[in-house]
Amino acid sequence: MSEAIAVTGLKPWTDPNAVPFLKINNVTKKFGAFTSVNNVSLEIYKGEIFCLLGGSGCGKSTLLRMLSGFEDLTSGQIIIDGQDQAGIPPYKRPTNMMFQSYALFPHMTVEKNIAYGLKRDGLPRAEIATRVTDMLSLVQMGAFAARKPHQLSGGQRQRVALARALVKKPKLLLLDEPLGALDKKLREETQFELIKIQESLGVTFVVVTHDQQEAMTLSSRIGVMTAGKIVQVGTPREIYEYPQNRFVADFIGSVNIFEGRIAEDGESHVVVACPEAGLGIYVPHSIAGVIGQKVAVAVRPEKMQISKGDLGDLRNKLSGTIDEIAYMGDSSVYQIRLDSGKRVRVNQSNLFRSEESSLNYGDRVNLGWAGNAGIVVTS
Amino acid sequence: MKRPSRSLMIFGVLGFVFLYAPILSLVVFSFNESRLVTVWGGFSTKWYGELFRDPQILDAAWVSLRVALASATLSVVIGTVASFVLVRFRRFRTKTLLSMMITAPLVMPEVIIGLALLLMFVAMESILGWPGQRGIMTIIIAHSTFGAAYAAVIIQSRLVDMDLSIEEAALDLGAHPVRVFFDVTLPVIAPALMSGWLLAFTLSLDDLVVASFVSGPGASTLPMVIFSKVRLGVSPDVNALAAIIIGVASIGIIVAALQVSRSKKISQN
Repeated sequence: MSEAIAVTGLKPWTDPNAVPFLKINNVTKKFGAFTSVNNVSLEIYKGEIFCLLGGSGCGKSTLLRMLSGFEDLTSGQIIIDGQDQAGIPPYKRPTNMMFQSYALFPHMTVEKNIAYGLKRDGLPRAEIATRVTDMLSLVQMGAFAARKPHQLSGGQRQRVALARALVKKPKLLLLDEPLGALDKKLREETQFELIKIQESLGVTFVVVTHDQQEAMTLSSRIGVMTAGKIVQVGTPREIYEYPQNRFVADFIGSVNIFEGRIAEDGESHVVVACPEAGLGIYVPHSIAGVIGQKVAVAVRPEKMQISKGDLGDLRNKLSGTIDEIAYMGDSSVYQIRLDSGKRVRVNQSNLFRSEESSLNYGDRVNLGWAGNAGIVVTS
Repeated sequence: MKRPSRSLMIFGVLGFVFLYAPILSLVVFSFNESRLVTVWGGFSTKWYGELFRDPQILDAAWVSLRVALASATLSVVIGTVASFVLVRFRRFRTKTLLSMMITAPLVMPEVIIGLALLLMFVAMESILGWPGQRGIMTIIIAHSTFGAAYAAVIIQSRLVDMDLSIEEAALDLGAHPVRVFFDVTLPVIAPALMSGWLLAFTLSLDDLVVASFVSGPGASTLPMVIFSKVRLGVSPDVNALAAIIIGVASIGIIVAALQVSRSKKISQN
């Protein structure tokens, strides 16, 4: 069994010779006139936790259902471990799925639920028993083996569903909003447990989620989907720090968008003239564009600094008035109104304990960010 | 919850008296010593004994039981298939029509069902040569027509509530679709099948009109025998018989109700 990617730290997607484990080639799915998945191509490598992230109705679940065989492809091809999956029914695929509703068999005990898939494979009884026991201890449900699903809590059902999907040692585990039904605290604990289990088994995971936080924590790479298309694929860091377009920048975390036109296009920098901000924004990376082209600059709220005094030698500096302050405990969020009327969101960590903030409503502040904090996004 | 007011209680009691007083008096008078139905002559169980020595009644009870068992089973099979078509199949052109046709026997007058079936059996006999003689078989078929309608309504509502992903999970774990039906679908809808069966069984035991139309010589059901006996004057052994039927039917209804409420509790959890 191959080592999980999180353990080895390898990045097979950067290796041109690596062979993808799951290949999705130009897959399209239409329901009548509605195109749910539109010409999606993806390459996913062994041992990855790959998250399909997008809002509801973006086609991520449909894509997952096509991988598991519950939906036919309108066109395209799905190849798992070198084998084309066309025409292979769900019960013969090397995949297993964990359902959003968990879909536990209500009339069977926890133990029988987990053993069901192994029984269908016709394994000897002794082997089934040991594998079920192993799985129960892996998900820490050994004490509940004889319970029926309706006697379990949500978190416990989630574990049983995971165990049932993993016990057949699938080549590919598909998880549909695996943590969606859990409350926040349990969700955070379970995320790390899920990663631990994936690392210990080395199974490739494809996870569908609408929760960006979940995607960031779990995944080796994220594919951001909207309107049936994949708009960007990358590691959580790449997606967050280098969004390729406005949708991704906006969808992952919060972001300030400044509209403008390219005023200066240098070898290793661009300046975007931005009337909203009242200055030319300096961005230290070149883009393939022409002078005068409409673009936008995206700056994350936590990468901005505010102060009543001087901000020193930050590359981009503006000023404005504090409109609103939201105290979050570990940080505070400030809404600053620029002179042009545009509102900007700034996050500042509360590094020191203090009774009162030095910044108040209506204060006039200077605002700035380092040259490399901004990124130009087209489209 | 608010306590019901006094006048509401009185109306409630009156309602129950209206519903159950005749039944209760029937049961009480089945233990009557006297031959006269309306005069109390002391407690006795002799009419029950008499009943079990009457070959006509015993034969009819046996016919009714066989008809009810067979038609209830047939009803559940037909009802299940119909429910699956109506709930699981994608929309097809005649779906609404089919749905209406399945539930039509619920509201159709029994006399019409009986007459229509009789005409059909007669026509079939002259064209196909089957059924050669009307009897138990034709009653079973006739009872299945409306039994299936009731069963279909009950099973349909359970199927609509059922989470489809349970079946998908079984498929995903390597079970062939046929296997999925027997391993997952059937156990999940079993309470509905059970209550559908019990309802069809009771309806069949109870039916007089349709059976009278489609039965033939030598195949009299219990209600038919009772009715013909009553026409000659009510005798106390009929009371005893009715008391037994009431007991059996009550048990059936209670079991069905318990099944439904238990399965609801599980699915709500």
